[in-house]
Amino acid sequence: MNLYGVDLTARLLLGTAQYPSPAILAEAVRVSETQVVTVCLRREAAGERQGEAFWSLIRSLGVRVLPNTAGCHSVAEAVTTAQMAREVFGTPWIKLEVIGENDTLCPDVFGLVEAARILTEEGFAVFPYTTEDLVVAERLLAAGCRVLMPWGAPIGTARGLNNPYGLRSLRAHFPDVPLIVDAGLGLPSQAARAMELGYDAVLLNTAVAKAGDPVAMARAFGQAVAAGRQAYEADPMEPRDMAAPSTPVLGKAVLG
Amino acid sequence: MKIIVNGRPREVTSASLEALLGELSFKNKSVATAVNGAFVPRTARATVVLREGDSLEVLVPMQGG
Repeated sequence: MNLYGVDLTARLLLGTAQYPSPAILAEAVRVSETQVVTVCLRREAAGERQGEAFWSLIRSLGVRVLPNTAGCHSVAEAVTTAQMAREVFGTPWIKLEVIGENDTLCPDVFGLVEAARILTEEGFAVFPYTTEDLVVAERLLAAGCRVLMPWGAPIGTARGLNNPYGLRSLRAHFPDVPLIVDAGLGLPSQAARAMELGYDAVLLNTAVAKAGDPVAMARAFGQAVAAGRQAYEADPMEPRDMAAPSTPVLGKAVLG
Repeated sequence: MKIIVNGRPREVTSASLEALLGELSFKNKSVATAVNGAFVPRTARATVVLREGDSLEVLVPMQGG
C-alpha cells in the first residue's frame, strides 16, 4: 500500500487515545504491527509534562504519525490546527476532520473539501475523514487528496459498516485511489469485512482502547485486517442461491 | 498586560511571543503556537508582538484517534 509516496505493509492504522495506560498503548501498537498511529494537539498547563512524555513514547515506537484535526468545526480552525501539527510533529500528513454535526460527528463535507484544497495548496498530504458519498469523493480528489477515508459508522459507535453498498460503490468508482475505512468499527470481523470489500486499510481507535484487554484486541484487529486483505486478493467466490454439493456426486455407491 | 492563554486570562510582561513562552514556562517544550486563531511558526515567534487582549494558544502533542 502506498500513501502519498510512502510504502506500508501494515494495513491497520491505530489511534492512540483512551488507553488505560501509556504502557498498554505501547504494547497495543506493538502487537497490532501497525506502522501508522494517529495523534493530536491539545492545550496543556505550563507546568505539566504529559504532552512531552506522550510524544517521547510515540517516537520510541518507531511508527509514523498521522496528526488529526479532531474536534474542529470550521475550515479556519482545521487549517490552523493542521499548520500547528505539521510544525510539532514534523510531517505534512494530516487526518483532516471538519465536523458538521455533534451527535453523529458527521463530517461537514463542504468545509472538508474547502479545507482540503487550502491544505493541499500549502503542501499537506491530506487524509480526509469523509462519508461514502461519491460526489464528495470526486471533489476531494479534485481538491488534491490522494487518499480517501470514508467512515464505516460514526466515530466511537462500534456499529461496523453502516453502508456496505455505498462503500462497495466507492471502491468500484475509484479503483486506484487508496481507500481507508475510518471510524465506527467495533469488532475484528467488521475490519475484515472492510478489507474483503477491497479497502486498502482501516483506521480505528476506540474498539481497541476500550476493549477489556486492549492488547489482545489490537492483535485480533491486526490479524483480521491481514486475513481480510488476503481473502480479497484470493478472489472470493460469488454467493449463489442454490446449494451445490462440494463432495463429488460421480462415483457415489448405490446402497439402497 | 492582560492576554488570554489557552482560554484563561493571564497577566504577562513579555512583548514578543518568544519571550512570552519563556515567561510562561513553555520554553523547552514541543509546542505549536497560534495568536488570535492564526498559526505563528516557531521561526516567527521572536518578531510577533502580543497586545492587550490578544488570545494565545499553546498546544502540545496528545493522544488522538
